[in-house]
Amino acid sequence: MSGTNDFAFKMATVNGTGSASANSLLMQAIFRMGIPVTGKNIFPSNIQGLPTWYEIRVSKDGYTARPPEIDLVVALNPSTYAKDVATVRPGGYLLYDSSWPLDPTLARKGITILGVPFGQMCIQAFERDRDRTLLRNIAYAGALVALLEIDRQVVEEMLNEKFGKKKALLEANHRAIRLGYDYAMEHLEHPLPFHLERMDKTSDSIVMDGNTACALGAVYAGATVGAWYPITPSTSLMEAFKGFCQKYRVDADTGLNKYCILQAEDELSAAGIAIGAAWMGARAFTNTSGPGISLMQEFIGLAYYTEIPAVFFDVQRCGPATGMPTRTQQADLMSLAYASHGDTKHIVLFPADPGECFEMSVTAFDLAERFQTPVFVASDLDIGMNDWMVPRLQWDDDYRPDRGKVLDAAALEKVKKFSRYLDVDGDGIAARTLPGSGAKGAYFVRGSGHDKHAAYTEDSDAYQEVVDRIARKFEYAALAVPKAELRLQDGSETGVITIGSCDAAVREAVDRLREQGIHVDFMRIKAFPFGPEVRDFLVRHANTFVIEQNRDAQLRALLAIETGIPRDLMIPVLDYSGMPLTCTALVAAVTKYLTEVPT
Amino acid sequence: MTSITKPPVRHPGLPRNALGLTRRDYEGSMSTLCAGCGHDSVTAALIQAFWELDLPPDRAAKMSGIGCSSKTTAYFMKESHGFNSVHGRMPSVTSGANAANRDLTYIGISGDGDSLSIGLGQMCHAIRRNVNMLYMLENNGVYGLTKGQFSASADIGSTSKKGEANEQAPIDPVLLALTLGATFVARSFSGDKAQLVPIIKTGLTHRGFALIDVISPCVSFNDHDGSTKSYAYMREHEMEAVDVDFVPLRREITLPEDHAAVTVVQLHDGSTVRLRATAPGYDATNREAAYRHVRSCQKRGEVATGLLFIDDAGRDLHDMNRTVGTPLAELPFEALCPGKAALDALMERYR
Repeated sequence: MSGTNDFAFKMATVNGTGSASANSLLMQAIFRMGIPVTGKNIFPSNIQGLPTWYEIRVSKDGYTARPPEIDLVVALNPSTYAKDVATVRPGGYLLYDSSWPLDPTLARKGITILGVPFGQMCIQAFERDRDRTLLRNIAYAGALVALLEIDRQVVEEMLNEKFGKKKALLEANHRAIRLGYDYAMEHLEHPLPFHLERMDKTSDSIVMDGNTACALGAVYAGATVGAWYPITPSTSLMEAFKGFCQKYRVDADTGLNKYCILQAEDELSAAGIAIGAAWMGARAFTNTSGPGISLMQEFIGLAYYTEIPAVFFDVQRCGPATGMPTRTQQADLMSLAYASHGDTKHIVLFPADPGECFEMSVTAFDLAERFQTPVFVASDLDIGMNDWMVPRLQWDDDYRPDRGKVLDAAALEKVKKFSRYLDVDGDGIAARTLPGSGAKGAYFVRGSGHDKHAAYTEDSDAYQEVVDRIARKFEYAALAVPKAELRLQDGSETGVITIGSCDAAVREAVDRLREQGIHVDFMRIKAFPFGPEVRDFLVRHANTFVIEQNRDAQLRALLAIETGIPRDLMIPVLDYSGMPLTCTALVAAVTKYLTEVPT
Repeated sequence: MTSITKPPVRHPGLPRNALGLTRRDYEGSMSTLCAGCGHDSVTAALIQAFWELDLPPDRAAKMSGIGCSSKTTAYFMKESHGFNSVHGRMPSVTSGANAANRDLTYIGISGDGDSLSIGLGQMCHAIRRNVNMLYMLENNGVYGLTKGQFSASADIGSTSKKGEANEQAPIDPVLLALTLGATFVARSFSGDKAQLVPIIKTGLTHRGFALIDVISPCVSFNDHDGSTKSYAYMREHEMEAVDVDFVPLRREITLPEDHAAVTVVQLHDGSTVRLRATAPGYDATNREAAYRHVRSCQKRGEVATGLLFIDDAGRDLHDMNRTVGTPLAELPFEALCPGKAALDALMERYR
């Protein structure tokens, strides 16, 4: 139930009309009031004219998942009125633009309907058509400031920060805030039963999206070559990388760049560039989404078999094919884990939020170079493009990159004969050399069959020796990747397993279930291949639920394949709607199962 | 079958270059191509050019895709790192390698299937990026490894070994490169080593993407009557536009007596290339003229060869991306990581 500092509201607008800045203004203001808050932008694959929504959840307890219900809807898009009014919880509120008579579609019993003539007021207050459209959004923000008791001073400070140098714009924005605010104060009952009160629960946090965090991780890991082809929802990752590089990687004396970003002609080329640069010894990456991963398959297999480290960020979206580019899913799990033809398997990391995006971005580069193999960071649209409240990012200046086994000229001196794929240490990892480091370390990278000396071969034994060693490498990788996160309760026989951005909703579901007297253990997969703790968890629990965001229960399939636990012992809970997960589905699935099955 | 290495025996009297290396030192493993393959002649010309240029093998990287031509990177400079990538994708791998280490000499070997069909986009975009590399396109008009299908460079009316005539218009890499703004465009013939070697040397020294389209006959599948990529056809129809003499930096330039007909182009490292027009009035520094010349030769059924166009003032990948002089792969971590203080300060912007 909603209450002070515990509710959710949603703005329904038309994209390309300026609502995004009003929405982030609201979210940021609540954050600055010290109250935990999350924003989910649900937007169309379009530049202008289609429906878009922004959901803001305020949670004094710090829940960051998409809200299970909406207390207040601001309905400003006539084309979605019917849908929007239906999402108001019983007893909730609807705010509409009363410049026009109430549309019959919006009339609904059991909710309170509030009208503010945003359009009319803006027409009277502003001269230019553009201002009248854009500032209508700021006007509704003003009304919400009154209705929800958002600190007006905080909002005004933020406008000053944003428009400080542009005087006309600054005044117009202040005026628009006042239009909505004053009208609501004068004509509407305020505040609403659910509203805000200052807290002190955000001082150790930041608001950041996952693509920005991944990019920052790449900068901190020392990546110098980034290759990409623009694709939603991963585009902002490389844009953020570029922004950070311009800030941190320009030589002060010469003005020259200590990085190189190449926008390639397609994803195939982007993968090739990353692999070429990584072969040369640079930390290199590419960022893409599902369609790009499909296109990169051949190169991924090449990097796997020739043992070249490169990092791939996959910001997953709804598939298959073009799918729904601006909706979220976790549907690339299978295609990442075993990407490319032939026997291949890959290290994949699954961050749950932007904080982990930063950490895992750095880890990915270390693992790639240590195991000399492509490493994937499987984020998704919800993590990548939404604003999340996460703890401030931390950095330890003692960190040094793990460059893996690289023989430089001096080390080569001590080697009798260099063989690129010879397992000297018995851990499956053979030392590599970088081009330009001397004739003794020269070898020929080939995607065709090769023996341990990197020479071409069609000999069965010589071929198998190499692929068997690569398989061994992965057994070690399973022990080196981030371990699954476990949260155990006493004596529970029920376990829930989840992955990535589902984390927030699943944690919330675990709490809800506990309130109902159902104690479930929690495990979140953070990497592939799975560590031994994953199988242990499955063995220890009589009932296990696997909750993920795809149709075909891909995580469950991976668990079954890799642990040998029969697939049907794990109950899938699937949400592939394209929307960020709420806690509702899992709570319902677990309660239904436990009440139906006799114990 | 595994690759064949050559016996390490050397004749003591072999001439040595400034690095003290003989031509044999620039060789690789034994070729597994068919006897008489044009590609082996190209390999020989490359070896000659590397040796004459005193190129340190360990400062070069050999790049290729898939196909008969792409196999040849194993047949020269065994002391260089090599990368036999995926079909048609050598240009992107080389772009990345070059981005990471600008100090090496990049030698890309490709073929007409690799470059003009599956990898056409990759080649075009490497030209646009102006990757500093030598790009040898060993062009025989046919898919050899899969036994004789037409490639995209086969001329209309050219017949296959089974007598079938090609009906699709060919893609001419030279015209394409000129259109895309390539700063070095040449065509040669594997059977004309005297012409090819100086062109390779100039291409290696050129800063930027240097395309050499080498007609390199396939003796097994495209060397018959009716083929326009056969040894016989090329001997009959080669039309050289310019004679190239590459003059390394340290050698004094002495113009020939008929110097009025010679154009001297200075390369970025101070070397020069002297171009003597063999076609009347040909100017290899004029892109439009080069295009016209190639087209008019084509209309007459001739194959225009020589260094057809050169512009050494172009901006390469690193100029365009304003990268530092030190190879990115050699920058120390300390120069790349902004550190804790910067991160702490940055966090305030996300509040």
